[in-house]
This record gives sequence, C-alpha cells and structure tokens, in this order.
Amino acid sequence: MTERVRCRYAQWPAVLGILLLPAPGSLLAQDTTAGKSVYVKWCAGCHGDGGAGDGAAAASMLPRPRNFTSGLYKIRTTASGQLPTDADLERAIDEGLPGSAMPGWKGRLSQSERRDVRAYIKTFSSFFADTSQHVVALKFSSPPGGASVAALKVGRQFYDSIGCRKCHGDQGRGDGPSAPTLKDDADFPIFAADLHQSWRFRGGGSVEDIYRRLRTGLDGTPMPSFADLIDQKFLTDEELWRLAQYVRSLSPAAPPEVRDVVHAPQIPGTVPVSPDDSAWTRVARSWFPLEGQVIHKSRWFAPAVAGVWVQALHDGKTLALRVSWDDRTESPDTAWLKFEQRILETVAGDDSAPGPKAEPWPDQLAVQFPRHLPQGMERPYFLMGATTDPVYQWRWTSRPRRAFAGLARGIERFDTLPGAPAGEATYEHGEWRLVLTRALATPDTANEVQLEAGRAIPMAFFAWDGSSGEHGSRMAVSTWYFLALDRPTPPGVFISPVLAMLVTLGLGLVVVRRAQRRGAARSGV
Amino acid sequence: MRKLGAVAATGMVLALGLAAWTRQPAPPAQGGGTISGKVKFTGAKPAMPKIDMTEEPKCKAKYQGVPTDETVVVNANGTLANVFVYVKSGLPASYTAPAPAGPVTLDQDGCRYHPHVLGIQVGQTLAIKNSDGILHNIKAKAKANRPFNISQPAVMTSTKTFDKPEVMVALECNVHGWMHASLGVLPHPFFGVSGGDGSFALKGLPPGTYTIEAWHEKYGTQTATVTVAGSETKTADFSFAAK
Repeated sequence: MTERVRCRYAQWPAVLGILLLPAPGSLLAQDTTAGKSVYVKWCAGCHGDGGAGDGAAAASMLPRPRNFTSGLYKIRTTASGQLPTDADLERAIDEGLPGSAMPGWKGRLSQSERRDVRAYIKTFSSFFADTSQHVVALKFSSPPGGASVAALKVGRQFYDSIGCRKCHGDQGRGDGPSAPTLKDDADFPIFAADLHQSWRFRGGGSVEDIYRRLRTGLDGTPMPSFADLIDQKFLTDEELWRLAQYVRSLSPAAPPEVRDVVHAPQIPGTVPVSPDDSAWTRVARSWFPLEGQVIHKSRWFAPAVAGVWVQALHDGKTLALRVSWDDRTESPDTAWLKFEQRILETVAGDDSAPGPKAEPWPDQLAVQFPRHLPQGMERPYFLMGATTDPVYQWRWTSRPRRAFAGLARGIERFDTLPGAPAGEATYEHGEWRLVLTRALATPDTANEVQLEAGRAIPMAFFAWDGSSGEHGSRMAVSTWYFLALDRPTPPGVFISPVLAMLVTLGLGLVVVRRAQRRGAARSGV
Repeated sequence: MRKLGAVAATGMVLALGLAAWTRQPAPPAQGGGTISGKVKFTGAKPAMPKIDMTEEPKCKAKYQGVPTDETVVVNANGTLANVFVYVKSGLPASYTAPAPAGPVTLDQDGCRYHPHVLGIQVGQTLAIKNSDGILHNIKAKAKANRPFNISQPAVMTSTKTFDKPEVMVALECNVHGWMHASLGVLPHPFFGVSGGDGSFALKGLPPGTYTIEAWHEKYGTQTATVTVAGSETKTADFSFAAK
C-alpha cells in the first residue's frame, strides 16, 4: 500500500511540471509585469495609472484617452459590443489613432514592449479574463471591383436611406441635425466624423477600414453597427461596400501632402473675387494643417479646425487668396450652444477664470504676414508677433461678416489699420470658402506687407470655430509657410519655339523646292 | 415476500422520484406569495422638458400636443410611474428560473421608447422593434453585460439577450438625443414596473424574507424587507419625494 502511494506521489512533480509549463496564467503574469513598466512610463500620463482614461493630461483632451476598465474599444474587427482581438489592440498601439492624441508606437517601443503593454492593458477590464466572452474577428468579404460613378451613386443612395446624414450631414462634414446632441458613453461631447478627412479616421481611411467600421460600429460612441441590416436583407454586403466607397470618395485620393509654398500663378485679366468663381477649379490647392494653441494661456488642446485648403492667384496688381476649411457650424449658431457649453465643461482650461460660459462667438480666420519681406530667413514670432516686432494680419469674421487688417503684437493685442482686404465668403454644408483680395502694392509700406512677385512671402494661418467656444487664444494655429507670386512667363518662352519651327519649316521647303527644280531642269534636258 | 419487497422498493423509488420532481421550482405564476404595493410621490411635480421633434415629422405627427420627456411621470392619483420594483435578495441560493420562451418587446414609436422602463430575465429575448420607419440606433450602455449599438433605419425588429443580471442597463438613441429607456436584467421573474396607477405586484414568490428594491431613474433607490409565507399577499409601499 505505502509503496503504491509513494509511486503515485513520485509522478506528481512531473505532472505538475507538465501542467505548469503551458499555464497561461504564469506567462500572463510575466508579460503584465513587463507591460506595467512600459505602461507606467509611456501610457499612464494620458490613460491614468488605473487605466480609467484619467491621466494628468486627459482633462485637456477631446477625444479623451481610452478608458480601459470597461473593455470597450472603438476600433475592432469584432461584432458590436464585443471585446477586441489581440490584433485589433496591436493595430491601435502600433499605428495609433489618427485624428486623436494617440500616436503610433511602432517606431518608439520594441515589439516585445508593445506586446507586453497590450497584455497589461487587458488586465484593466475583467471581461478579458471572462472565458464566456467569445472574441472572434468577423469574416469580412473582399471589396467588389471598381468604384465607378454608378457604384458611388448606389453608395450615396444608402448614405441617405440608412440615415448617415443624420449625424454626418448632407455632404458628410459632420454637420447633421443630430450632431450637436452627440455624446459618448462617458457623456463627453463627441463630433460626428468629417468624412472629407479620411486621413484622420481613427481606424484608418481605406475603403476596407470604412467598410469594417460600418460592420462593427465604434463602441462607446453613437456610431452603430450596420451588420444586422445585411442579415435582415435591408441591404446587401455589396451595397455596404458601395457605401464605404462613396464615403471614401469624399476625401482626396491620398492624404494631403504638406508643402512649404503656395504658388500664386499670374492670370490675364482680373483675379476672381468670389469663392465660387470657376477660375478656382483650375488652381491647385494646398493643405495647411492647424494645431491647438498650447503656448500661451489660455491654452487650447481641442482645436475644431484641422486645417485649411489654400489657393492663390494674382493678376499683376491684385492678389486673391482662397481659403476653405471644414467647420460644422456657421457660427454663431444657437443650435450648437449647448454643445459648446459641454465642450467648455469637458476641456479644462488652464486659466484661473471661472468655468467659461458658452457664448455665441463667430467663426474667424486670420492670414498672417510679416510687415516687410525679410531679406534672410529671419521672421517675426509665428504666434502673432511680439510687442516690439508686430505682424501684419488679415482677419475675417463670420458675424459681423467682414474682413479687416491690422497689426498683431502678440495674441492679446491687435491694432486695426485703415486699409483692409476685400473678403467674400460662402458657407455651405459644413464648409467655409473665403476669398480675400488686396492690391499687391499699397501706400502704407510701413505696416502693410508689399507683395512682390518672385519673392518668398512668409504666411501663416489661424482659425476659430465659435461654436466650439473658440475665441482669443483658444484657436488653431499653423507655423510659417510661404506664398510665392509667380512671374508671368515671358512671351519669348512661347514665341521662340514657334519661330524656330517656322524657320526650320521654311528652310526645309526651300531645300525641297530647289531639289525639285533641279530635277525638273535635268529631265527637261 | 420477496415480491412484496420489490414492489415496495419500486414504490419507494417512484415516490422519491416524484418527491424530487415536485421539488423542482414551481412555475412562478401558480401559487406562491405576492408582494404588491404602490409607489407614491410627494412634493411638487417637476415640469418635464418638451421634446422638439421638428427634425422628425413622422414622429411629430403622432402627437396631439408637444410630447414631453418621460424621466418623471407622476400619475393623476399622485403616484409615480416607471419605478422598477424587484427582488434584490432573499431567494434561496439554489433557486433557478429558466428564461421564458417569449420575448420582451421594446418598441420605438413616435420617437419614444415603449415601455420607458422594463425588465427582462437573463437569457430571455429582447425584441427591439422600430415602428417609426425612420433611422434609430439603439445603444445599450451595459456594464456587467457587453454593450451593443445597432442601427435600425426602417421598420424592423432586432433581437438581443443579456447574460448577466444588471440593474439597470441604460438604453438610448443617439439620432434622437431625447430617447432613453432603462432595462433591468434579473435572474428570476420577480420584478415589475409601476404603471399608470402607481401599483406593482411581484407574484409567485416562494416563502421567504426578501429585500425589495424600488429604482427610479431620477430619484434613486429605496428598499423594503418583506416576509411572505404560503400564498399570502403582503404590501410594500414606497414613496419618492420631489428633489
């Protein structure tokens, strides 16, 4: 008896060893210990020590950092409400979430660090340890061929029939009737995505990405899953692809490249003063991204205007600058006052002023130049100059609708000048289109920049969305860029080749004639 | 003698079997005790905000006047409607109740949820109906259960189930910010919602001492301890005061 017992016990270490070796628990513990140190160092500042999305920097952010404790993730390949797969989390960590403060960590953390931190963030929600959760990636079909005009039309039909426009607006700029009421699961205000900026989509801007978001929804946000509609035969899988293709077609084919210089070609006649003049369709547009003003109090980490599209033309006497940008509201708009209040309550200011109250601020745009064209690379301070070194600015406001010019001596001080650019603006479906025109040369050479062809003219942009509570230092800013007024092409460039061709042709004819005459004379003999 | 013994043994087994069978949980509605009562409301009846349905003419047309928010509904007899009353604790640990086969229906009609407050058993089907034929999304902001957020752009019905008890799951539509409802998910059938006369009844309770909770979306919760024996009916009244 004792012998048999001993035998049985003798096998235990081996059995235990086999059990322990692949035990996921022990491996997980290892990972999460390493993951925790990565998390504390790189993630906790925004996502908080306990993963509740409440780190030190969170209060000034919109959208807020993810709260990991609910196991709720926007960007997944799983059904609505389901946990994300490891691959989903990996993508978010590696690539980041465009259009938010979350950067991609692929180049910053090693593969094992990223894997460890992924294991660690899963410990914040008990759902990941719940074995009854079935975390299965949905099976996605491949896109049907060709996004032809007819296909996009089908997509547009479903854009209307399944109610995308309710939040995303008629033209997709996030200005639908329900947009001002939107909130996420934590009751923070949330914007319906601007579908004209696919490079800022959190889950990626490809047709495949958009299709997946339609299937899965964005958990924790108002964006639902549309997968049931296929099961219920409301639309087919192919039609959902068409919708994704239509949405994709609203944005440029490739993310805009940021270039340093806007070229203003010279045109014969006079420059167009209206933003909807057909002349603008023949001019290339350049994208200038804007960032929140976070240098001076009160800082602003949630700029509403992501960037401006700029076109320029001149006619030798006048410059026309066309600036267009997406803005959900034609401010002031009372329908958005409550939303503005929610933004102001959500995004912490850094000034000691009591909680800001929503006010009907207008939309504003500023174009900034130095007073004089610099000889070297020295330029005034980009953030609205300084007391001793002011900058020359054109400013435009939506209400009262006017354009004016002045000298900015820092953010706080603006002195209006008597001379002003002409401004003409249109607001339509979530987009401002503004044309500012001014004579290249003006009498006030001391204060107003003289726009010379062939020179690099420093230029910067500022934008305010009044309905997001933006005014004063709460604004979106750019760095210095350049405007270049192209010289007209000298006539010689066009005439010389023609002359050369004519001369060659003439000489050729002479040679041929002579040869013919000689031939005729010979045969005549 | 041996034959008699065999018969007796068989009879014993049968009797034991029968006894074991009858010890299975009884269908709740038949027999058992009842806890009923009313939910009173004291203080000034709060004015509920009007809902502007201009954006949805189809919904707007379903009302004579201007519809109001249903967060607080005080009945004509001074009682409070939409209070979720349920057995919070007191059932024997071994108590189990299978989910009823039939669904609980939540209807979206006139851009409002009907009912505004409802209960369901774990595993029971929630049928979410869109009678409006315009886009609604229905989002369940569940915490103990996994949430969901699905789209219903036409007249249609979708079904969902919940795995775990949860009081309450907030339901909302983001297309129509005013639309919200509350759902209580319980592992037993002993729950009810105070109606147009403020009354509720929890029927078919096994004998025992229960903690009954009354939940209201604005006024919070109250509890009462009630003991029921046999098929008697006990009263548990609640009273919420205006805030």
